[in-house]
This record gives sequence, structure tokens and C-alpha cells, in this order.
Amino acid sequence: MIGVLALLALFCLFVAARTIEPAYAFHMGLAVVAAGLGLFAIFHRFYHRPAERPPLETAGLPNYNFGVVKFLTIMALFWGFAGMAAGVYIAFELAYPDLNFLPWINFGRLRPLHTSAVIFAFGGNVLIATSFYVVQRTCRARLAGDLAPWFVALGYNFFILIAGTGYLLGITQSKEYAEPEWYADFWLTIVWVVYLLVFVATLYRRKEPHIFVANWFYLAFIVTIAMLHLGNNPAVPVSIFSSKSYIVWSGVQDAMFQWWYGHNAVGFFLTAGFLAIMYYFVPKRCERPIYSYRLSIIHFWSLIFLYIWAGPHHLHYTALPDWAQTLGMTFSVMLWMPSWGGMINGLLTLSGAWDKLRTDPVLRMLVVSVAFYGMSTFEGPAMSIKSVNSLSHYTDWTIGHVHSGALGWVAFVSFGAIYCLVPWLWNKQLYSLKLVNWHFWIATLGIVLYITSMWVAGILQGLMWRSYTPQGYLEFSFIETVAAMHPFYVIRALGGTLFLGAFCLMLYNVYMTITASEEAAPAAQPALQPAE
Amino acid sequence: MSSSAPTPHHGGFFSRHHILERNPLLLLIGILVTVAIGGLVEIVPLFYLKSTIETVQGMRPYTPLELVGRNIYVREGCYLCHSQMIRSLRDEVERYGHYSLAAESMYDHPFQWGSKRNGPDVARVGGKYTDAWHVAHLIDPRSVVPQSIMPGYGFLMTTPLDTRELVANVATNREVGVPYTDDMMANVMTDLQAQVRPDTPEAAALIKRYPKAVVRKFNPTTTEITEGDAVIAYLQMLGTLVDFKLYDDKANLR
Repeated sequence: MIGVLALLALFCLFVAARTIEPAYAFHMGLAVVAAGLGLFAIFHRFYHRPAERPPLETAGLPNYNFGVVKFLTIMALFWGFAGMAAGVYIAFELAYPDLNFLPWINFGRLRPLHTSAVIFAFGGNVLIATSFYVVQRTCRARLAGDLAPWFVALGYNFFILIAGTGYLLGITQSKEYAEPEWYADFWLTIVWVVYLLVFVATLYRRKEPHIFVANWFYLAFIVTIAMLHLGNNPAVPVSIFSSKSYIVWSGVQDAMFQWWYGHNAVGFFLTAGFLAIMYYFVPKRCERPIYSYRLSIIHFWSLIFLYIWAGPHHLHYTALPDWAQTLGMTFSVMLWMPSWGGMINGLLTLSGAWDKLRTDPVLRMLVVSVAFYGMSTFEGPAMSIKSVNSLSHYTDWTIGHVHSGALGWVAFVSFGAIYCLVPWLWNKQLYSLKLVNWHFWIATLGIVLYITSMWVAGILQGLMWRSYTPQGYLEFSFIETVAAMHPFYVIRALGGTLFLGAFCLMLYNVYMTITASEEAAPAAQPALQPAE
Repeated sequence: MSSSAPTPHHGGFFSRHHILERNPLLLLIGILVTVAIGGLVEIVPLFYLKSTIETVQGMRPYTPLELVGRNIYVREGCYLCHSQMIRSLRDEVERYGHYSLAAESMYDHPFQWGSKRNGPDVARVGGKYTDAWHVAHLIDPRSVVPQSIMPGYGFLMTTPLDTRELVANVATNREVGVPYTDDMMANVMTDLQAQVRPDTPEAAALIKRYPKAVVRKFNPTTTEITEGDAVIAYLQMLGTLVDFKLYDDKANLR
């Protein structure tokens, strides 16, 4: 490890000195600093910790590794703020274009920053944090590896830093949700393989006979993202001294690879991973078992099998051959069923505990997220039908759909999980449930403003584009349809602002919880049952 | 965690599932096989079915100046608001021109079809506006289209084009399969200069190597070649290569 980091530092220094691109030299410089800090941390740790590795068990109980989970949780909150703030800013840019006053904050450079920061930085840190927590608790075993989990956590966040600053500086390969260039992709591959190894090795350490259902979903998320990343990103760099590369795929095949990747980034990053959160945190919070074990099995296998096929619905009526479009549409419609199977499994877990929705705003957040999941996974198949898609594609309806999933499902289930995790990790009482309640209602209002304005905007613009006069001419010029969007863009930006403002309440709440002086009495941890 | 007691399931699917639940490696392999199928069926045939890419006349690699312009288009994230894919729908064909063919992006690494139209499709924008319009529009979009929400790109008109890595860029395109000839490779830098110098022998040689190439000083506000020249050169060729008088859509039904 030490040797690898030292070599990396020297190599990046060499590249930074030789390249003629300032932005690339900046990135290589960052890598030198990061590798140096990594070296320092390893030596520091070596001299200041006991000679033995941390014990796997203390006093007959697993000695869980929660330090790395704490770090990832904080990073999730940090990137969540950055990503949502970028989102609010670009929403205002669309309403008031004079806000594009510097090259590096133009819409075209900030939008990838927004999407990557909320999906991969916020969502990714939530997923790695919760997966490291859940896999330890449900296996009743300490996380595998000593340096490895920290390598995953720090390495992943370094990838985010490189990707995010790259967009602002104009380093992008322009594949949506896979914009980072070849060297960032390469680094992510290494980090991801270590992540997989840590996760699987921890599964092998388990003291439970069965692998808990949440871990199936985490495993599917990790494995499939690796496959998608490798399939979508093979590129030939111009040289080792250039940040620029060219994807080996071209044209129609590249488009198919891209949306095979793009839709399954939704399917496996934003769905399978967060369903794992649902399968652990919802039953845990309402203290009820998962509704149906058999439904979990059917849900899991049918969901991961069908999702992969859905990509071509992003390419309806394009130059992609019709047979592929038809396959994509068919499987997208079928996908409705396992999605709702999962929703039902999550919601009915509350059987006998529905009263808690009134008293526990954290549980309410988790449950409403599952309801939003159900709504988005109904809307999605509907939009994948070719005749519907001919209206909705290229419009803001798509943006509304994405955000009902991203804000309603992904963000809410993450908030719920973090509100559970922080008191568990720091062994404190949550500072204020009342603030959680405010967070919930303000954010919900924000989502409602966001998605309703985008529905109206999208359908309106789609109808205007295809509107004909009685004489048979197109009724509207393109710019007239842009002008018609203005009021909806303003409402959307306000909705986003509300969502961001409510998130700030969460930041305050978490800060007050962590810095509270009193430790809560350790909650009695009921023995876990195997997933039967 | 389950509502049913851990009763034996007497064979059948659900009891066999216990094998996967007890073995991380088998579970991992099971997942990998399950998620590989859809992609294999949908993607692999696109590489060997001849009907995937139509037979057309006129497609050629980008000239050096167009290629740099395209890279700037990518760098600035233009694809996030402008699609380059005209769908086979009546209103789109009437608004933008002939629906886009797969062949028209076969040398595109990566593709630029886009997914959202905050602005109009640009797949066939080539030749629709004058260079002067493009210069004014890029510097201040609202000076020519008052209701536009596009950012200004005035800095492109003043930033000199950095061509130090151009030859390596063209060579890499050739490596990933774009048919740049030895002749084209040998003349990258002269062709770059020639495209802004009309009525020179070099310009004639450029047009011979890259038919239909537009040769003009696209951004007349400076004498040196700027990033603005490259972007406008790229925009002015978009969708102009395929000769639709010769294109037989019946022969290319897919």
C-alpha cells in the first residue's frame, strides 16, 4: 500500500510536470497531495496505534468498525449540500439566463456538477456508508480489512473531487452521468474493486447462517455498477499527458451503451442500492419484520433481470434500430411489476405499526419515500411507451420524472436513513424530532412545486412543438415554446430552494446531535434473526 | 427477518434459494449472469447486423478544425441543451429536416444525440444561419433572439485555438476507427490553417480531402484562429454531409 501510494505520487508529479494542460496539471497535483496525505496517514497510524490489529470481537460482541461509516455520513451531507445548491443555481439560470456570467458556471458546465454531486457524491456516500453499516450489523462481524475500508471511503471521495472540479474546468467526455475522463474512470475502477472485495469478505465473515436481503441488493448494486462502468467507458487517451480521450464506441452503438449504462445507473445505483436501505431501515425503524420473504426473492431477481433491458426507451424514434426500441419499451413496461412488488413489501412492513407514522417523522420520511418510489416507477413505464415518449422526450416532463424519483425517493430514503444512523453511530439522542418534522413538510412542499411545474412545462412544450395551424403549418417557432417555460422554471427554482432550505435544517439538526455533550444510554440491540 | 417461521420448505424454488443466501460467491455469480443477459441481447447484435447503419453517400471524417470545434462543443456541455437527433416524427422532420440516420454519427466518438431540448435540435443546423449570426449569437444570444435562455460564449471569440495536441487527437480518432487516411494524417496542421483561408491552393487540397468542407474565416473579429472559428466551423457542417437526393430509405428499412 505504501509503495503503491509513493509510486502514484511520483508518477502524478511526473505527469503534472510534463503536461501542457493547466487543468490536467492541477488534477495531477491534487493526486500528488492526496497520495502524500495518504502516506502520512498510514505512517501516523502505524506509529500511534497498538501493535495488534483491532480485535474482531470485544466482550463477546462484534467490534464494529464505525469510524469509516461516520466519515462517509458526514461526506454525504457535505456533498448533498453542494449538489443541491448547484441544482438550485442552474434552475435559476434557466429562468434568468444572465446568471451565466462566467465560463465555469455556465449551465453546460454546472449541470454535470449538479447531477454527479447529488447522484454519485451524495447518493454514493450514503450507499457506501449504509452498506458498511448494514453489512456489519446483519453479519454480526467487523468490516473486513484495516486500511481497505478507509481506502474505499477516501479514494471514492477523491474521485468525486477530481470529477467535480473537472466539469468546472471543462474536462468531460460528455457521456451523461459518466462524464469523468479516462484517468478518473481508471481510479474509480480500482476503488470499486476494493469496495467489492471489502463487502464480499465481510459477508464471508458473517456469524449469521443467511445473507440478509439488504445485502443482496447492495451486492447487486456493487457488481452491476462495475459492469456498467467498464462497458460504457473504454476510451483511448490522446496521451498520458492529456486529459482528453476518445470513447472506442461510436454513434449508434455508443448511444446504446450509454443508455444501457445511464438507465441502469438509475436501476442499480438509485434503485437497488436504496432498496437495500429500505429493506434494512424501514423494518428496523418500525420494529416489524419485512412483510414477505418470498416477495423479497421475487422482487430481487425479477427487478435486476428486467432493469438491464430498459435502456433503449431513452432512444425512441431515434436512429437506434426499431427492434431494440421495442425490446426496451416492452421490458420497461414489465418493470412496473417488480417495482411495485418492492413497494408493497416495504409499505406492508408497517402492518400493525401504522400509528407510528403520526408520532415518528423519521419513519414518515422513509415511508413517504417508498410511496414516491411507487409513483415514479409507475410514471416511468408509462413514459417508456413509444406514443407517450414521442410527447415527453426532450421535454421537462423527463426532468420532473427524474426529480420525483431523486427528491421523493432517493433523497427522502437517504434522509430517513441518516436520521437513524447518526444517533446510532455517535450514540446520542437525535437533537430535535420537531426539526425533522419541519424538514419533512418543507421538503415535501418543495417536491410538489417541482414536479407539478415540470409536468405542466413538459406536456405544454411537447404539445406546442407538434401543434399545427388549420392550414397545416407548424404553429409555434421553437423560441416561442422556450418563452412559455419561464413561469414554470421560476416555480421549479422555488421548489428546489425550499428543498435545499429544508436540508439545511437537517444539517443543523445533525450538527447539534453530534456535538451534544451527553451520550444517550446505549439502546438495547435485539438479536438479529437470519433471513428466513 | 420474516413473517413466516423458518419452516422447511419441502424442496421447490424458495428452499433452493437458501443455497444462494449462504454462499456469497454463488450469489455474486448469480447476479452477474442475471444482469448480463439484457445487455448482451440488446447491444451485441448492433455490431454485426448490417442493417444497423444505413448505406449512405457523403460521410467523411471531421476536418481538423471541425474536430477541435466539436471538442469545444463537448467541453462546454452544449449537448445538455441541444440534441443532435431528429426523430422520425412529422413535426420534427418539418421543423429540422430529414430524420437523423445512424450513418450520420458513425464517426462520432462519443455520440452527441443529447436527451433534452432547452434549445432547438442542431443536427442539421449547418448552413441555416450566417457566420455573422453565429458570432453575434454566441457572444450574446439575446442580441439576436431576445427570448433566448442560452449562456453567452463571448470568450470563445477571443481565446486563441490551442493546437499543440491536435495531431495526437486526430491520430487517436484514427486508432478508435475513424477512417483518416495517411494523406489526411500528413496534412493535419496545414488543413487546419487552410480552412480559414479561402481561395488558396491549400484550401482546394483540403476540400479534396474532405468534400463539402466549408472554408471561411468564420470569426472575422480576429485574424488569428480562435475557438470561435472552430465551433462555428463545426456547427456549419452539422447535417450537411449526406446527400439525401441519393439516399434510398426503402433500401434501408430496419
